[in-house]
Parts: sequence; structure tokens; C-alpha cells
Amino acid sequence: MIYNIPYIAVVCLILIGLYALVFKRNLIKMVIGITLIESGVNLFLITLGYRKGSIAPIYTSSPGGIMALPIPQALTLTSIVIGVAVLALMLSLVIHIYRHYGTLDVRKVRRLKE
Amino acid sequence: MNVPEYTPALIVAVPLLGAFLTPLISRINDKLRNIFVILVLGLNSLLVGLLAFNIFTKSTPDSPFIYTYIFGAKDVTLPVVRILFEVDAMSIFMAIIASILVFVAVIYSWSFMKENTGLDKYYTLLLLLTAGMLGMMLTGDMFNFFVFLEITSIASCALIAFWTNKAESVEAAFKYIVISAIGALFVLFAIALLYGQYDALNIAVLSNAIQYTFLDKIALVLLIVALAMKAGIVPMHMWLPDSYGRAPSTVTLALVGATLASLYGVLRVIFTLYGNILLEPAKFDIPVNMFIGWLIIPLAVISIIVGVIMALRQTDFKRLIAFAAVAEIGYMFLAIGTGLAAMGTAYGRTALEGGIFHIINDALDVGLLFLVAGAIYYATKEWSLDEMGGLARNMKYTTIFFVIGILAVAGMPPFNGFASKLLIYESTFQLNPILAIVAILCSILLLAAFVKVFHSAFMGPKLPKFKDVKEVPKSMLFAMGILVCIIIFFGLFPNLVLENIVRPVADALLSNAQYLSMVLGGA
Repeated sequence: MIYNIPYIAVVCLILIGLYALVFKRNLIKMVIGITLIESGVNLFLITLGYRKGSIAPIYTSSPGGIMALPIPQALTLTSIVIGVAVLALMLSLVIHIYRHYGTLDVRKVRRLKE
Repeated sequence: MNVPEYTPALIVAVPLLGAFLTPLISRINDKLRNIFVILVLGLNSLLVGLLAFNIFTKSTPDSPFIYTYIFGAKDVTLPVVRILFEVDAMSIFMAIIASILVFVAVIYSWSFMKENTGLDKYYTLLLLLTAGMLGMMLTGDMFNFFVFLEITSIASCALIAFWTNKAESVEAAFKYIVISAIGALFVLFAIALLYGQYDALNIAVLSNAIQYTFLDKIALVLLIVALAMKAGIVPMHMWLPDSYGRAPSTVTLALVGATLASLYGVLRVIFTLYGNILLEPAKFDIPVNMFIGWLIIPLAVISIIVGVIMALRQTDFKRLIAFAAVAEIGYMFLAIGTGLAAMGTAYGRTALEGGIFHIINDALDVGLLFLVAGAIYYATKEWSLDEMGGLARNMKYTTIFFVIGILAVAGMPPFNGFASKLLIYESTFQLNPILAIVAILCSILLLAAFVKVFHSAFMGPKLPKFKDVKEVPKSMLFAMGILVCIIIFFGLFPNLVLENIVRPVADALLSNAQYLSMVLGGA
């Protein structure tokens, strides 16, 4: 049970993120929701590569014993970098939207609907 | 004729390198930069063409040829930890479409975007988008696919918001980035699910190992939903008319390519990743392919109907075409769904061929219409159909191109849309006549929607405010001319295309058994 806690955290993070995305009216909070989903997915990847008692996968100064799988960590790093780029882009768009509409409320930001 | 083994890597590397050189060259001279970008994309199209020629000539119906390039090693070693590019007929077919679209978009940009500032960033992003799309199509590694998917979405989102002075553009871009960010994250989640079970990221290895466990089912649903959302199928289409309608026309053309790259992802996931278990019974002795097929077909039919009906009541030119594009995506999914549900039968194969042929036809036809809309905007600064009228008097060539475009989209005989739609009608009729009837009726309604556009924009008396409107510059006409030439060629010789290009592609999709052995060789 105790080893499942990271997976439970993953599900919670993703669900909270989806909740924020669907029910929150503020654009910044929606961006936070997406970031939460991303953290959940990243945590999932990291958890997949971990075994109980494993050490960091550095071969040169290894004291012996099992190592954590390095590939998920590499994947997570890449995913974090991409996430930062997406986050920056989203926030800059939010700034532009605020300049044009003077509000961050999604109900008022809808000039596209015809 | 052989190409160097690193060609697939070059196809992605050339636009990527070009993207980061563009701002530097832009410092010297604007014209030089435009020429440089056209040269880069020309070189890239040449590479794609050579590789395509190589693959299509080496493929036989029994053993489709797959071109493998391994990063950093000569041979594949098991377990596969390296990144592989696996280029089969399907990948290169999509790469051809993407190259044509972006190349035409860049030529068109020469005059169309001339009055804008910040063009160095525009061209950089366009090249990045190209690199991302081609990467998605050529890669054989699931995580790599995710990375290129994100590159594509970031670049295209920034391009949609290129006219930041317009509130609607920024709003559309925000919608798009939210949709793509969620889609990409769920793709990553699905990849993690697969990785956790099979300890592999390579598509060929995964496809060989897949068991259709409970987690695999979740991963399949996540992948299909996320990628179909990015392909713009109803009910997940709401971002598509907004971003297609508000981006500059050239960007819309590149976006069509990005959408089709996601469609390629759907095809790759269903036919290759899950290809080995498609015919196995899932529940109640119904095989998996029936489940997926009959899941896709209703969504496709709804897409067609919603797209056409919404197109009928639009007054904004580009939004109207965007809804027509939704309907066209519906036709492709209808063909794919029929091909899946009737897998193994002759008409199932016809459906798949029709769907594949329709991918390239849709890209050309819808692309041409977007370019015509852009030309009208360039000449009149109007998007709304209510404000237009009598333009045929001032813009002869654009009018001719538009007529060719609407006839091709609606599937009228002398043009390419007819060839692929006929295949789709034929095969869906054998699966269920109602599907074919809906498809034909909606095709007619689509023509009606465009006849309305033709009437209100081009016909009618000459309006005084359009007195000084002139034909658009030559580079724009030339760009539209390229698309028209391909459309007419495909329309006149559909058999040539079907035999030489579409058949090998369908073979490559369906003969999944050879995929692993072709990729991994003797290892």
C-alpha cells in the first residue's frame, strides 16, 4: 500500500488539474491546472523508474546495489523543459488577452463566438 | 537509385538548422532571407522526394520497404534504447504532403506577409513547425513522437497568434495551446503506461510485445482521443474553426499539415502500434478492430454533418472553409473507420485506400481555398462575405482558382476530390448504405455552401468600394497555381497515383507483421 502512494498522488494531481481546467473561470487558474496535469504525468514517469532502496544511476562512483532506471528520468527532464516552454507561451498569451479584453474571465473573453 | 542512409535525419535537421539561421540572415537583408527560406524548404522537399522515390520503388505488395536510421550506431541492438527513425511508405507519404504545403505557404508569404513586421520570427517559427511535423511523421520512437508533437504545437500556436494586435487571434491561439497541451500530456501519459509495462519506447518493439491488457486499453483510448482531438474531429473540433479562421492564410496552410500529422499519429497508433492485436477477439467474441472501427464511424459521420451544417450558416469566409475542413476530416475518419471495421475484406482495403488518397486531396483542396480566401483578404482587407461582391471582375485568376477549389472539395468529376470520395462512397456503401448516403448528401450540401460563397463574393454588380481592387501579386498566383496543377493532375490521372503511391501506403499500414522484422533486421 505504502508504495502506491506516488501513484495515488499522480491520479490526484491529474484530477485536480482537470478540475481547475474545467471549472475555474480565471485564465491564470486554467494555466495552473495544465501545469498540475503536467506535474502529475512527470511524477508518474519518475515513479515508474524507481525501485525500493535504489540509488542514483551514476556508474563511476557507485557503492553497489540496485540503481534507479535512468531513462524515465531523462524523459522527465525533456518533458519538464517542454513544459516550461508551453507555460511561458501560455502566460504570454494571457498577458496579450488581458491587454485586449481588460479581463481574465473566460466568460467575457469570447469575441470569437458568432 | 540509393540515397545516403542519414537522409531521414537530414529531412528533420535541415529545416531545424534553417530555422535558427533565419534570424541571422534576416539581419542582412529581407529579400535574402525570403530566398534562403525558400531554398531551405526546396532542398528539404527534394530530400523528401528522393527518399519517397526510393521507398516507393523498393516496396512490393508482399514486403513493404521500411527505411531505418539509427541515431549513433550502425546496427540495432536489443533491447532498443536508441532513437530510431522508421520511414515506411505511410510516413513518407505524409511527409510529401507536409513539404508541399509548407513550400507553397512560403512562396505565398513573399507578398502576402510583406507588410508585416517581425517576419524573421515568422519564418523561424514556420521552419520549426516544418521540422516538428516531419519529425512526427518519420520517427519510430514514441517519446520522440511526443517531443515533435510539442514542437509542432508550440510553433503553430505562436504562429496563430502572429497578428497579436487582433484580440481574436490571441484568443484562438490560447484555445489552441490549451487543447494541444492537454492532448500532448495525455499522449505522454499513455506512453508512460506502455513504457511501464513493456520497458520499450520503440514503436516496432512495442507493437511486437503488446498484449491488450487493461492498461493497454487505457493507453489506446488516451492516444486515439488526444490525437483525434488535435486532428479536429467532432465533438473536439471547437478549436479548429477559431484557429484556422484567425491565423494568417499561410499559417492556416501549414496548420492543415500539422492537423494531418496528428491524423497520421492516429493511423500509426491503430495500425502499427496496436496492429498485432487488431484481429483478436476482445469481448463477446467481437474483434478489436470492430470496436475501434465502430467507435470511429459515428464520430466521423457526426463530423461530416456538423461540419457541413455549420459551414452553411457562416458569413466569415475563412471560418466557412474551416468548417468544410472539419467535414473533410470526417470523410477521412469515415474511410479509416470503415477500413478498420471491414478489415481483411476487399472493400475494407478500398476504404483505406480512399481514406489515404483523400488525405492528400483534402490537404490540396482545402489549402487552395484558404489561399484564395487569403488573396481576397489581401486585395480587399475583408473577411466577411456580406461585405464582398463582384470580385470576379477584378480578380480573374483568383476566381478561376476558387472555382477549381470548390469543385475539387465537393468531389466533382474532373478533379481529385472525386477520385477519393468515390472510393469512400463505394466502400462505405458495402458496409452500410446509410453511411454512403449521408456522405454523398453532405458532399452536395458542401457544394451548396460554396456556391453561396461564390455568388456573394465573386458574382453580382461591381461594388464602388472595390473599384481599385487589383489582381494579387504574381508570387501568390504562382503558389495557388502549384496547388491547382497538382489538383488537376491528380484529377486526370487518379489511377497513376493510386497504383504508385496509395497502394504501397495501404500495404505498409496493413502488413504489420513485417514491420518488426524490417526494422530490427536480424537483431
